[in-house]
Amino acid sequence: MSDVVNAGFPLLTATAAVPALGAIATAAVPAAKRTAAKWLALFFSLVTLALAVAVGIRFNTGAEDRYQLTESHSWIADFGVRYELGVDGIGVALIGLTALLIPFIIVAGWHDADPQETGTATDSSVAAGRWRPTQGFFALILMVEAMVILSFEATDVFLFYILFEAMLIPMYFLIGGFGDRAHAGSDENAAAQRSYAAVKFLLYNLVGGLIMLAAVIGLYVVAGTFSLSEIASLRASGELEMATNTERLLFLGFFFAFAVKAPLWPLHTWLPNAMGEATAPVAVLITAVVDKVGTFAMLRFCLQLFPGASEWATPVILVLALISIVYGALLAVGQRDIKRLVAYASISHFGFIIMGIFAMTTQGQSGATLYMVNHGISTAALMLVAGFLISRRGSRLIADYGGAQKVAPVLAGTFLIGSLATLSLPGLAPFVSEFLVLVGTFTRYPVIGIIATFGIVLGALYSLVLYQRTMTGPVKLEVAKMPDLKLRELLVVGPLIVLLVFLGVYPKPVTDLVNPAVKDTLSDVYPGDKTPDPEPEVAAK
Amino acid sequence: MSATAVHSLWTTNGLWATAAEPVAKIDSPQIEYSLIAPTLIVIGAAILGILIEAFVPRKSRYYVQLFLSVVALVAAFAAVVALAADGRGTTSSGIVAMGALAVDGPALFLQGTILLAGLVAIFTFAERRLDPEAHGNRVDSFAAQAASVPGSDSEKAAVRAGFTTTEVFPLALFAIGGMLVFPSANDLLTLFIALEVFSLPLYLLCALARRKRLMSQEAAVKYFLLGAFSSAFLLFGIALLYGYAGTVSYAGIADVVDGTVQNVNPALAGTMGNDALLLIGAALILMGLLFKVGAVPFHMWTPDVYQGAPTPVTGFMAAATKVAAFGALLRLLYVVLPGLRWDWRPVMWGVAIATMLLGAIVAITQTDIKRLLAYSSIAHAGFILAGVIATTPDGISSVLFYLGAYSFVTIGAFAVVTLVRDAGGEATHLSKWAGLGRRSPLVAAVFAVFLLAFAGIPLTSGFAGKFAVFKAAAEGGAGALVVVGVISSAIAAFFYIRVIVLMFFSEPKPEGPTVAVPSPLTMTAIGVGVAVTLVLGVAPQYFLDLANQAGVFVR
Repeated sequence: MSDVVNAGFPLLTATAAVPALGAIATAAVPAAKRTAAKWLALFFSLVTLALAVAVGIRFNTGAEDRYQLTESHSWIADFGVRYELGVDGIGVALIGLTALLIPFIIVAGWHDADPQETGTATDSSVAAGRWRPTQGFFALILMVEAMVILSFEATDVFLFYILFEAMLIPMYFLIGGFGDRAHAGSDENAAAQRSYAAVKFLLYNLVGGLIMLAAVIGLYVVAGTFSLSEIASLRASGELEMATNTERLLFLGFFFAFAVKAPLWPLHTWLPNAMGEATAPVAVLITAVVDKVGTFAMLRFCLQLFPGASEWATPVILVLALISIVYGALLAVGQRDIKRLVAYASISHFGFIIMGIFAMTTQGQSGATLYMVNHGISTAALMLVAGFLISRRGSRLIADYGGAQKVAPVLAGTFLIGSLATLSLPGLAPFVSEFLVLVGTFTRYPVIGIIATFGIVLGALYSLVLYQRTMTGPVKLEVAKMPDLKLRELLVVGPLIVLLVFLGVYPKPVTDLVNPAVKDTLSDVYPGDKTPDPEPEVAAK
Repeated sequence: MSATAVHSLWTTNGLWATAAEPVAKIDSPQIEYSLIAPTLIVIGAAILGILIEAFVPRKSRYYVQLFLSVVALVAAFAAVVALAADGRGTTSSGIVAMGALAVDGPALFLQGTILLAGLVAIFTFAERRLDPEAHGNRVDSFAAQAASVPGSDSEKAAVRAGFTTTEVFPLALFAIGGMLVFPSANDLLTLFIALEVFSLPLYLLCALARRKRLMSQEAAVKYFLLGAFSSAFLLFGIALLYGYAGTVSYAGIADVVDGTVQNVNPALAGTMGNDALLLIGAALILMGLLFKVGAVPFHMWTPDVYQGAPTPVTGFMAAATKVAAFGALLRLLYVVLPGLRWDWRPVMWGVAIATMLLGAIVAITQTDIKRLLAYSSIAHAGFILAGVIATTPDGISSVLFYLGAYSFVTIGAFAVVTLVRDAGGEATHLSKWAGLGRRSPLVAAVFAVFLLAFAGIPLTSGFAGKFAVFKAAAEGGAGALVVVGVISSAIAAFFYIRVIVLMFFSEPKPEGPTVAVPSPLTMTAIGVGVAVTLVLGVAPQYFLDLANQAGVFVR
């Protein structure tokens, strides 16, 4: 691409390079200086957040260019691969979400990887300084952050693919290496379940990724390039003509990988295991950060590269999303394990996000993007408080709790707000996005929109039942000794709740950011129609 | 080979046979010594190594042999680089040594790869810090005295005397010499001789393990018997092809296959051009080569031999043999049999699919790390075959790249296997690797890098190689093969991940193995492996260019 100017400071590269460097620096901290490693990781995550804010400021929502802050360098010419970065509004929003959540995840997981927590305090390898779980834990989190941010910025399919796959490895070690101590049964049993969850996570995503690899190669054979902008210009000039069947097959290859990652029913079964066995901060990292890459990629790659096929697949995908919404919510109602309940609730929410994307309306897709941000924040709030709760009692079972609000009112209060956000209470951020998604779907697919509304009802059920069973009622003996939230924990939960309320009342900053990008994406699917109005489409059907 | 063929081979060169001297005078063959210098250096050093065994005192043999081997391999590699810099791989490639050898891009690229892999492997051969000292003498992985019966008094005496089998160095050099000729062989007889030159030392090397000697000898016998079978197939195929074409030269056979042959040998008029001979002969030769590659259904020897052979030898075989054999296979399919493409492609499709799937599926059930890597190497042979089938220039260069990337990962991985030890030598049973990540995170992390490269995770050389061959295959119209490849990659990923799980997420067992601290020799081998894995994974462009430039066979 000759028209891409690499002038100025490579801001986008920096947002990914800083956490990557932070990961290396953190990993290199000597074994005895555990606390230094934590502060170092926090420092790097805050610098990343500052850079993400800079990206938001430099990004001009009114500009004509679809991708801004672009960078383009030759990488593997032989594969037609370039190191091409650029962000649209959706990318900026998700980079912001990622950079925002990581410091909270780090602070929330401050003690999760201490030797006494990982059960290795007496291990001779730890004493000898060879095994450094703390350093590893924070380094891996930063590594995931770097890869996730870069994948939101990649405008080269191959570059995206590499990150999409490579981020599985640090994620895998985070799930398998640092499990939740609160488990039923012996240590050995817990280790076995944890490694089962980690392997399941990896295999599901790896299989998805490998199927995508076949489609990536197929795309190259058809298009001869991996660059999104080049493919777009080839398509505009009519040089790139995909046979309908080819396009559909390639679309399915891409979509499969993203649907595993997102996750969409019936490819979701790895998520409850992974979120249940991982520590709460890592569970947040999975569902609030890494899984967003899946839904983001549906918007950016599925719709943009294969508009025709996306439209073709819409009915099936909407039905799958609908099943996700209802099925996830139903299973959440039946869960006995707090973390698995949040996982199934997330599956339900991802159903909403995917439904919003494939409703193919401006409201639907804006709502879906907003939903990604809001779901990240609300799940982080709920899951992290749940993690604090679980670490106090040492059990993940809902039945082991009761009456906590009398003992720990602040904890109970924050937990309530997290639960209410999960059920999309008006006034809290997720409400706006869920409403937009439902409206956007309803205008084109009224029946599906109506059925999806039941998801909200079920959401109210599982959220409130969770609160009622854990926080109200008679105080259980083990719960009675529970301390309230400490300062560190308040520092994590407080800002997240403030954000939930703020975005619930005033979502405009985010919607302004994502709306132009959504319109661009929709005009890929319906070319020539610059601001597609849902009405004519309905009439056409 | 018949006398007429020899005669024609010698007279086609008309330099000395002038009209003025028609008398039967045996002309000396014209050999371009400088162009085949890499092979000559290695073979020469191997012969010198035998003399060293005979004349140098036992105490200093190890050092002299190691020095000689390293110098020879470095010199040979320098010669390859000089030839490539001279344009012998691209613009001025050609047939040398009276049509016996080709000096072209693929040949030089593969020779360079074999020499570097051989050099790294020699380092692991020479490692003497891993095994506990036997009666105060440092020992390597090889038997004290190969000729003594396992457990016998003579063996004990040899151990007590501190004997070591320094013959492994000349044997390895002979093997490398044969491997250098194998991918550049330009007629079928040279091909066969090269095969024997590199196979026979390998059979011997397999039998030389210091520990578990019976298993090692069993492996060697199996390898020898099956290898002899495959050589016989190959030789029979050569005979049939000679009957078909009247010549053993690659270009000559290709001409007959294409139907553009000028003169028919009257003695062979009855058989020449007989397609049955061509098809059966080509199939038999392919069998011989697929045996060396370890492709299904000729893979049976691989797990047993890989398990039984001394681990440094296993690494060397898995890397260098595969490179040489795929080089020969490529040349045969692309130079001799392109006209037969429509006949061999369906068969090779079947072989590639079976190889990928069987290697990946059977590997899941393995409990021994060396057998697991053996089945993994079978699966990788399948992936490489996908690139071979592409029959495009991209296919050649992708296979070259894959071979280069794969060989260093393999040697590195087997070098790590030599480090994990318990009282009985190497602890190869997978259960013993549990918790290795806790005990020695660095070794486990390095091994994890190799496993991820085998699994083809992005940012490792394995991914770049896999992408290259799959891309070539897809562009060559073998899209279905890519899908099968992707599926078997997913299956294969399962068992690589299983080992990582075992190392990092399992509790270390109290009676678990220890990790020996190696000398700089093995560290170099492992370090080179890691460096190549990461460099080819992150910035493969330079090497892809190299492979692209080298991707044209001379005819």
